[in-house]
Amino acid sequence: MNQPSIENRPRPPSGFSQQAMQWLWIALPPLAAIGAALLVGAGLMVVAGASPIVAYGALFRESLTTYYGFANTLTKMTPLLLVSLGVLVGLRAGQFNLGGEGQIYMGGLGSLIVGLNFQGLPMWIHLPLALLGGMLFGGAWAAIAGYLKVARGLNEVLTTLLLNYIAQHFVSYMVNGPFKEPGAPSPFSPLVAESAFLPGILPKTQAHAGIFLGLAIALILTVVLSSTPFGYQVDMVGQNPIAARYANIPVGKTIVMVMALSGGLAGLAGSCEVLGLKHRLFENFSPGYGFDAIAIALLSRGNPIAVILTALFFGTLRSGANVMQRSANVPFTVIYAIQGLTVLFIAISLALLEFRNKRSPVVEAASLTPPNAGTPASVPD
Amino acid sequence: MDAQFTFLQDYVLASIRLTVPLAYAALGGLLSERSGVLNIGLEGMVLTGAFASSAVALMTGNAWYGLIAAIAISSLVGLVHAALCVNLRVNQLVSGLAINLAAAGLTAFCARILFPSGTVALPKINPLPIPLLHSIPVLGALFTQDILVYGLLILIPIGSYLLFHSSWGLALRAVGNYPRAADTAGLSVSWVRYISVILCGALCGIAGAYLALVHVGFFTEGMSAGKGFIALAALILGRWNPVYTALACLLFGATDALQLRIQAFGIDIPYQFLLMLPYVAALLALIGIAGKATPPAALGLPYSKESK
Amino acid sequence: MSYLRLDGITKQFGTFVANDAIDLTIEKGTVHALLGENGAGKSTLMNILSGLYQPDGGQIFLDNQPISIASPKGAIQHGIGMIHQHFMLVPQLTVTENIILGTRQGIVLNLDQKAAEIEEMGRAYGLDVPPLATVGDLAVGIQQRVEILKVLYRRVKILILDEPTAVLTPGEIASFLDILRQLVADDHTIVFITHKLDEVMNVSDAVTILRQGKVVASMPTATTNRQDLAKLMVDRDVSVNQRSPRPSALSQPARSPMLSVNNLWVNNSQQVAAVRGISFHLHAGEILGIAGVDGNGQRELADAIAGLTPITSGTIDFPQPRDATPSNATPGNATPSNATPSNAKRAGITVGYIPEDRQSQGLVLSFSIARNLILKAFRQWPFCKNWLLRQSAIRDHALRAIQHFDIRAQHSSLKASQLSGGNQQKVILARELAGEPQLIIAMQPTRGLDIGATDYVQTRLLEQRDRGAAILYISTELEEVMAMSDRLAVLYNGQFVDVLAGEDATVGLVGLLMTGGATADASIANEHRSNARESALH
Repeated sequence: MNQPSIENRPRPPSGFSQQAMQWLWIALPPLAAIGAALLVGAGLMVVAGASPIVAYGALFRESLTTYYGFANTLTKMTPLLLVSLGVLVGLRAGQFNLGGEGQIYMGGLGSLIVGLNFQGLPMWIHLPLALLGGMLFGGAWAAIAGYLKVARGLNEVLTTLLLNYIAQHFVSYMVNGPFKEPGAPSPFSPLVAESAFLPGILPKTQAHAGIFLGLAIALILTVVLSSTPFGYQVDMVGQNPIAARYANIPVGKTIVMVMALSGGLAGLAGSCEVLGLKHRLFENFSPGYGFDAIAIALLSRGNPIAVILTALFFGTLRSGANVMQRSANVPFTVIYAIQGLTVLFIAISLALLEFRNKRSPVVEAASLTPPNAGTPASVPD
Repeated sequence: MDAQFTFLQDYVLASIRLTVPLAYAALGGLLSERSGVLNIGLEGMVLTGAFASSAVALMTGNAWYGLIAAIAISSLVGLVHAALCVNLRVNQLVSGLAINLAAAGLTAFCARILFPSGTVALPKINPLPIPLLHSIPVLGALFTQDILVYGLLILIPIGSYLLFHSSWGLALRAVGNYPRAADTAGLSVSWVRYISVILCGALCGIAGAYLALVHVGFFTEGMSAGKGFIALAALILGRWNPVYTALACLLFGATDALQLRIQAFGIDIPYQFLLMLPYVAALLALIGIAGKATPPAALGLPYSKESK
Repeated sequence: MSYLRLDGITKQFGTFVANDAIDLTIEKGTVHALLGENGAGKSTLMNILSGLYQPDGGQIFLDNQPISIASPKGAIQHGIGMIHQHFMLVPQLTVTENIILGTRQGIVLNLDQKAAEIEEMGRAYGLDVPPLATVGDLAVGIQQRVEILKVLYRRVKILILDEPTAVLTPGEIASFLDILRQLVADDHTIVFITHKLDEVMNVSDAVTILRQGKVVASMPTATTNRQDLAKLMVDRDVSVNQRSPRPSALSQPARSPMLSVNNLWVNNSQQVAAVRGISFHLHAGEILGIAGVDGNGQRELADAIAGLTPITSGTIDFPQPRDATPSNATPGNATPSNATPSNAKRAGITVGYIPEDRQSQGLVLSFSIARNLILKAFRQWPFCKNWLLRQSAIRDHALRAIQHFDIRAQHSSLKASQLSGGNQQKVILARELAGEPQLIIAMQPTRGLDIGATDYVQTRLLEQRDRGAAILYISTELEEVMAMSDRLAVLYNGQFVDVLAGEDATVGLVGLLMTGGATADASIANEHRSNARESALH
């Protein structure tokens, strides 16, 4: 192929305005997707005989401008942020971790076990230990899928999905059996030791310090992914596992590690629910955070900082939904429809963007690289 | 003696009831994946079918209209998946995922509006006893099924024959393995994939309608409960072959039925472990088959004419 | 009278003009050769004729009627059929299924009857095929027959063949050319795309030369000769087998080998033995060429030596010659040697590996040039310090490499996907030659490159040899590997058929050996072999 002339090559960003333009192009598809989903949501509300303006107004006013509502938003945002960061790490390495839900459950269980035992430890030891327990359980659960992919070539998509159901039933057994609070009216565990509580941050609300944990991890992850050899390695495996193998990177080991990290972060979300919110383990305690996380991670386009904003948005929806139902008479399930539709629309808008870019053959070559995500790693390691 | 017979008969019938939706969904998945379009959206298509059939059956009071609506609406979902994967060349996993999440959200919302008081009993599709055969003692119950069961039994051999001995099946296999070869041979890759994925939607619609109108009798949010994913596992276990896939569905259906029986018998195993059983079985089956089942070569890869 | 005529056909990809106002006239019942280098626009033109691409301008005439070819199906309806370089056969289907695919059939296929028809048809054209065998199980030569039968079954009158001999052994090529003559005798018209002059002279009636998307010349084959064609094709004088003289200091390679392979067995990904008992030594300052038809174990051999594939049995040793340790101060060597990281090390030896497929194996296309350059060294000083990547060091390294290796890129943050093939290969060279590797494995390093880039890659590798590197040069292009090698091994079916000293290797002999030497001319081969053996083996 001949040299495309120099003028036609995309120029590297230089200067503030060009940088800003570039960011805008990156942010445009997710914003368009969210806008379109809210619009369709409005249509659904009209069909249901309600006013979208009243409904959205109630929703966002409650969740963002009232003290209790905002605290509630933070409470919902915390697990969403953590588990989404987990999904995002997986995506960066080309792995679709759809098992966030199950890993949340296992993480909750891990934290419960640590939180119930080791009574009498000081908080500064007990709390980190309990969080670590959640990370370990969630991480191990996801590592199963990672291992099966690397060792047996099993697609992680299906295995993580199946593991969700198994984890959920397993936790249900645990709180009905070995960890059941004696004489409890419904299946839940005893309270964890107070030394393992994540402290509250806003008086008289349920908001807890887990949000700081999530924000800190988002920042750390940004640095790790962009500026460390580990992050470079993760990206290499995600973008081209074959080239990574030719560069002597242990691809299989990297995949298992990333899956464990991904599951560990989801497990931490479960930990926060147990140690920060309820202080005990309930049956079915996650209302589908693991699935919301997939939407959040996809909307955030691989950027941990963007996850903060997207998780805030999804937290807002969940937090204001009940008030919206009461004041505008719209079933709160409309937010599930909106959340689901954002994924549909982000897929469409990214595809349209791809088409827009696909004018010159040089760019085409890049888009032709087979999608690595979800394909079995044929890499013995 | 008699109790054992009744038990066995009940068990077989329950296995069939649990297998039918899996098998319809898995055969749909087979069509889609044989054409090269990955489809984890089966779950969402089944759920959509269940909801559409419930809604229309309730509104019209006629289960048959419900079935037709399920087929129509789920086909539309198939059309969306096809458009995303074939024309827009979206990552096929993301597209399937989007369909699952959107279907879960939309059906949950619509269900609150249509069934405000929660679960509503629906008109059912009634069994259709086959003359003479149904009166055979013991075995008669097998011939007192509804039309969807018979339809499945007819669909499996016909589908298998068409796949391997018809020009449609040949086109499907060529497109799923090497779309460029099919293209240069004068077939339209897009057309084959569209038709396959839309038919997949239709079959998932039947699966959903069976679930709502025959098996359960009412609609609940998220009632597909991972059946689409188990159907996918069955498809892999059945190595993308209609007969083997149906048998794999029977295995999972029978596992599910077994756990229900064990619960009913009050055997001392925590019921949560029994509830896990179908998912564990699917996972173990996948581990067992790993490396031995070769998917269609072009599965998951979008096709475009003007690229090398 | 013209039969098929192209008038001003133009095709652009973005800003790149693949075909620029091409005029071409093809007579009925002839073999018309379309000659040109890689990237000259031959394949694009034929993809337009076969309906895969739509031209941006120009008109196609068939029997003086203007026609438009909207799809491969449309091409077949006009009687034009294409035989692609990469066969358009579905490996999972049978011969019969592949041949009838897409033809007008009833819903029910009568496969047994169709199989009998195809067997009959194959016999009539001298193209015997097993109609019920699965295509993926057949040898490449047989697959090509299936491909030809596939277009004949569609009653095609014009056959376009894209580099049909690239995958064939010399023996298969001879019988293939016979088939072409037979088809022309049967009133078929053939357009034959190639970059091999021998075949043009041997079989074609007329020839058209393309260069950089334009028609340079068109003439009856009888009125031209090899040298003229070569000159037209590359727009400069070419001399094949031009060998750069070895610097006198290194004229005797160090006697202790850099790489020593002994009775090596390696399995391919299907766990079938692909390398079957290979032994050789490779010395510092020497290029060992490995010739052979694609798929005879090259990939597995290279991967095994690079340590990427487990070996079944045998040994790969790096004895580390004392006297051939590369020094940093080799004169005339432009490799940036200061502060560059070492490459992958094997048993203390630095190994550079230029993999076969640069886009999938050698580069991460979505990474910038700078990031691609540290693919193997990102954990080492100066790129990494205190667990953090040092962006400035990475950028500086990239700017140096861009300069030293003449990578045509404005900026080090340009993505590898935005580079041309030649520049992509330069990025790989810059990475793999950094740190002056003692052993270099070059697998098809010039595949798909234009003349200029090919020349650049080869010059750089010869420089490395002269510096004292041991180079394993693997290529399926016979003339290229012969021109580059000091010694030449011929690989067939996972074994070295022979190892020849460079001056003993002739195209005829090597071509013969590439078929396993099991042809009628085996006696000649034996004679050559005995001459070659004494000088070759160690």
